[in-house]
Amino acid sequence: MSIDISTVERTAELSKLYLSEDEKKEFAGQLSDILEYVEKINTLDTSGVQPTDHIIPNVNVFREDEVGQSLTHDELKLNAPEFDRGHFVVPKIIE
Amino acid sequence: MITSKTVVQLADLLTKKEISAVEIANAYIDRINTHDKKINAYITFNPEKLLIEASQSDKRRATGSELSQYDGIPVAIKDNICTKGMKTSCGSRILGDYTPPYDATVIAKLKEKGMTILGKLNMDEFAMGSTTETSCYGPVKNPHNLNHVPGGSSGGSAAAVAAHLAPAALGSDTGGSIRQPASFCGVTGMKPTYGRVSRFGLVAFASSLDQIGPLARTIDDATLLTSIISGKDTKDSTSVAPDNAIPETITCRDLKTVRIGVPEEYFEGVSDDTKHALSKKINELDAAGAQIVPISLKMTEFAVPTYYLIATAEASSNLARYDGVKYGARSKVAQNLDELYKLSRSEGFGQEVKRRIILGTYSLSSGYYDAYYLKALKARTCIINDFKKAFESVDIIAAPVVPSTAFRLGENLSNPLEMYMSDILTISANLAAIPSISIPIAKDAKGLPIGMQLMGPHFDEKSVFEIGKTIEKDITPLIADFM
Amino acid sequence: MDLEAVIGLEVHAQLNTKTKIFCGCPTGFGSESNTQVCPVCTGMPGVLPVLNKEVLQKTILAGHALDCKIANYSVFDRKNYFYPDLPKAYQISQFDKPICIGGTVSIVADGNPRDIKLTRIHMEEDAGKNIHSSDISNPVSYVDYNRTGVPLMEIVSEPDMHSGEEAFQYLMNLRKILRYINVSDCNMEEGSFRCDVNISLRPRGESKLGEKVEVKNMNSFKAVKAAIEHEIKRQTIMIEDKERIKQETRLWNPDKSTTESMRSKEEAHDYRYFPDPDLAPISVTDEQIEAMRAELPELPIQKLIRFKDEYALSDLDAETLCSSRSLADYFEQVVSTGIDAKKAANWIANELLSFVENIEQMQNFKVTHEMMTELLQLIDSSVISGKIAKTVLGRMVETGNSPKKIVEDEGLTQVTDTGAIEAMVDEVLKANPEIVDEIKNGKDKAKGFLVGQVMKAAKGKANPQMVNKILAKKLS
Repeated sequence: MSIDISTVERTAELSKLYLSEDEKKEFAGQLSDILEYVEKINTLDTSGVQPTDHIIPNVNVFREDEVGQSLTHDELKLNAPEFDRGHFVVPKIIE
Repeated sequence: MITSKTVVQLADLLTKKEISAVEIANAYIDRINTHDKKINAYITFNPEKLLIEASQSDKRRATGSELSQYDGIPVAIKDNICTKGMKTSCGSRILGDYTPPYDATVIAKLKEKGMTILGKLNMDEFAMGSTTETSCYGPVKNPHNLNHVPGGSSGGSAAAVAAHLAPAALGSDTGGSIRQPASFCGVTGMKPTYGRVSRFGLVAFASSLDQIGPLARTIDDATLLTSIISGKDTKDSTSVAPDNAIPETITCRDLKTVRIGVPEEYFEGVSDDTKHALSKKINELDAAGAQIVPISLKMTEFAVPTYYLIATAEASSNLARYDGVKYGARSKVAQNLDELYKLSRSEGFGQEVKRRIILGTYSLSSGYYDAYYLKALKARTCIINDFKKAFESVDIIAAPVVPSTAFRLGENLSNPLEMYMSDILTISANLAAIPSISIPIAKDAKGLPIGMQLMGPHFDEKSVFEIGKTIEKDITPLIADFM
Repeated sequence: MDLEAVIGLEVHAQLNTKTKIFCGCPTGFGSESNTQVCPVCTGMPGVLPVLNKEVLQKTILAGHALDCKIANYSVFDRKNYFYPDLPKAYQISQFDKPICIGGTVSIVADGNPRDIKLTRIHMEEDAGKNIHSSDISNPVSYVDYNRTGVPLMEIVSEPDMHSGEEAFQYLMNLRKILRYINVSDCNMEEGSFRCDVNISLRPRGESKLGEKVEVKNMNSFKAVKAAIEHEIKRQTIMIEDKERIKQETRLWNPDKSTTESMRSKEEAHDYRYFPDPDLAPISVTDEQIEAMRAELPELPIQKLIRFKDEYALSDLDAETLCSSRSLADYFEQVVSTGIDAKKAANWIANELLSFVENIEQMQNFKVTHEMMTELLQLIDSSVISGKIAKTVLGRMVETGNSPKKIVEDEGLTQVTDTGAIEAMVDEVLKANPEIVDEIKNGKDKAKGFLVGQVMKAAKGKANPQMVNKILAKKLS
């Protein structure tokens, strides 16, 4: 499986990454190599094998419906790039 | 010298009041100030805070209200484990000066014992790498040879312990990130069973593989720290309360009762020095009465593809939250929301992280899910079964940790695939969720340490430690002489 | 061309738990922005979700109430996309293993009873709220994460409805059931009940579905109905004009009563669902599922049948009283004291309700069921007349005082003293000899006038039955 530039572009869009033309080329090459290697997995017969979608045998792990500690505006502001009157601020979302 | 003492020794000295917590803190402050310029193990180091906490510890001990016999012993922490009020960067520009408003569960557990945080340690960006060269804070140097890497991603943790810049450290291991640097730096590194230690507060790389563990100078210290940080946590749905808790102290296991499996696949493509060191050690174990059982782990060849598909898919989702909105770095030139996302992330993430995000996004995307991600989940089941079957006939599996000793700085950065393939011996333990330790056993011709890996059945850390202690008994600690 | 509309609804109902689905932050409505947030629901590095037990229990209860099959094994998945109100850049939801499968909501629309089929119910976390600045010189949006992580049930119907009225009845009945079993407040204004519509048209008799249009942004059930009716008209005209209907999302504009295309470019969504490795799967046995079914309270339809049967109520009274569980409980609490059920139904459904603002909250109403019972007992024991009782009820609502206190304070006690009534009757007879003559000459109707005069003299407080009796005796 080889990855072309347009696939890298589409994937970068989904990942919200901006890539330069050089990066796109570099990634297309490297990812093609990696995927070619990874293809090896398809030589493994997994018919009838259940996927391990949860690694721990835990089921039904719950918390009680009890109120815990919330953060203050000061605590949020400390790490926020932009925080104004109790809100995180972003460039206007065009809907 | 205070800085050459193990955690167990420090506890003894503190209990006998032959030493104070402030003296320990000062010894490390001096040593870090003098020597870390060469190693670059620390990202965050706050001597004032450390001294305040050390003197508080001394006060507790003076009034007989110490929190444990380890009260006042400092531990250094990999910088992807959240520490309240102390910068946690993951070695990434994108987190900027992010300062968590909460402590990871493992940090809370150390603090419950009165142990202090010595500082935050350098690492590969978001734990993605095998050399600690992907950190935005610059590479860490191997204390045994400053032209070599310490391994990764917990390179700062391994180097700090090896260079006596910390008595012990916590790291994280997603595909070998504790064991591989431990092997490269000649220290002991333990990856516990998945679920043994809470992941709450560990910044996620690959959620189904990540596990916190200790890097230490001895098995005893590694056992003690694993014991302290482990346990079921109500904040982590994937943590487990097994019947067999890990004791703080252990004794050597009589090798006459032990069946040690040696998987042939783990010796393919391994350097002669490493192979030789392993064979020598296995022969000694044989001579000491252990039953050596040649075994085959046939799924080993599928481990790297399986691992990279699962790890990158999970990472692509886990790292999506770094978007410049709530915390961390935000691009200063973004004109609109889409640019805010793309520029913040592109400026904030390094190449290796971007590469893995793209790979993971691709393997989850529409049309490829079944062929890649789902296939990898099934292959993971096969790998788990491979180990289950092996542990029916052996008590422990012995193998090399890495095919070679520490790489030269810069040697491997250009070829990611080659780098991924060097993880082949460590990633299976993560995929199978089993405990695995790296113990230093020898040095190669260049004087670089060689480690031996012991993998045990689910939640049988005790056997891993006990057998490991028996092996360790015969070796002189591989203290780095970098100065 | 004879066209048929095919309509499916996606309802998001907020579960009325104290805390969020994966963390301990409170869920109350209307708090100051970003005060009900913690590291978990703001997606800080290193945090992990843990499922609120109540969320699962309430969703399973809803599944039982809507006759769904409860899955023995269910998992949470991550739905990945970037948006400022989604702090982790993925929503924890359920994809291919939801907790409830199938189900029905029974309705009567335009006189026809129908069972509307459900596809599924799943649990998920809500997103936050974006507030857009209207200041042109400062083009920013503000983000509030108070709603982020609030527990939702998404209830997805099959494309099984054909008119705005059916959709309206579906929503009414669904809401009534969810409120009855106390899993959701279902308050559209507060956003705890939201509905998106999928609608397409096809020639009647055709089985293939037409091009689907999604309509969002309706803030009431009436708006849902109006939006559907508008959309049917719009699409009908397009089909008749041989225009192609575009698969798209449209927004309901309540001011213009039209739907409008969302102008922004429709990005190709690829949500990259995968099982969330941070959450344990949910596994319930058939026995556990059955045990939870037993916790199901009586549902609206069952209660309606029982009320008609057990209390011999009229259809109208029974339906009124069953329109909320709180009101039905109120009624039964009154009846449980031995008050005649029909009388109680009449007083509650016809007199009391005109004073009630929120029939979902009868337990908080000023006139408690104890006070209502007392009022009806005062009538039964002839302390006051029904007419006076209406006055007293009005005073109860105004003052919050008990009926006994009002009757005493305002001297409204009915006169039942035979001597006193006889004296008043004698007075009236004496004052109206010509009327007495008329009655004696067979003009029986004039009796009513005399009764009225006695009541007037008694300021309405004389027992009317006694007045009648005494008057009849004196005139015979």
